[in-house]
Amino acid sequence: MANELTEFVLVSVALLGIGIYGLAVKRNFIRMLFAVEIVINAANLNMVAFGRFLPHSGGQTLALFSIAIAAAEVAVGLSLIIVAYRMYHNIDIADYRSLKG
Amino acid sequence: MADAAFLALSVITIGSAIAALELRSLVYGSIALMGTLGGIAGFFLLLDSPFVAMFQLAVYVGSIAVLILFTVMLVKRELIFKKVEDKRRKFVGIALMLVLMVSLGAVILDSGIKQITTDEPAVDFREIGEDFVTYYWPALILMGLILSGAVTGALVLARRVDEENGQRVN
Repeated sequence: MANELTEFVLVSVALLGIGIYGLAVKRNFIRMLFAVEIVINAANLNMVAFGRFLPHSGGQTLALFSIAIAAAEVAVGLSLIIVAYRMYHNIDIADYRSLKG
Repeated sequence: MADAAFLALSVITIGSAIAALELRSLVYGSIALMGTLGGIAGFFLLLDSPFVAMFQLAVYVGSIAVLILFTVMLVKRELIFKKVEDKRRKFVGIALMLVLMVSLGAVILDSGIKQITTDEPAVDFREIGEDFVTYYWPALILMGLILSGAVTGALVLARRVDEENGQRVN
């Protein structure tokens, strides 16, 4: 292997940091979904990288499961966005107040 | 040492991840997200896992990114370009990101991960297929059920119910 495991893990840490930043700062529902996707992809990259270097097939299998579940999560998240947009006519999460205690 | 393909891929992936969150237009943001997801697929190819890379391209770039693009198109035009941001919150977010990156990076560089190297051939994708139908078969069936449940739930959630005089019309 030309590349080391550390390099892949560092790229994944950078993506995790960007995702956490997006979740903490953005108030747009769709952008928060982008941030969640970036975090999930960082985790997948980690799993496949460790699976390659150990080497074990478990990493790739787990990454495949994770991709499939992420697809389900995005489908539900986008339909929630559509419902919330229909109710509030906005995608700013600060406007979604009906669950506020 | 990292080779040129790795460096180019990491620049594309991290750059378009930042662009996805920071570009003013949500449409361009979702296209940049496609770049991130495609870059991750490139990393999978570098890691000798072509099966996962193709899965990533088909599921993420092919369907999820397009789904997000269509949802963005359903939203009003001025909301796509609107950017409400608290300056102080943004600085705190950037500080949080840097602290997270530096501390996790220091931990990783200091740990024993560096010593893990391998000269063994990559895992054959036939092995993954065998794993799926032998050891992981309950998880595979459960995943299928979860996916169908999630898609049905999404359809039910997003369905528009028009009611007129208490009677449902299409």
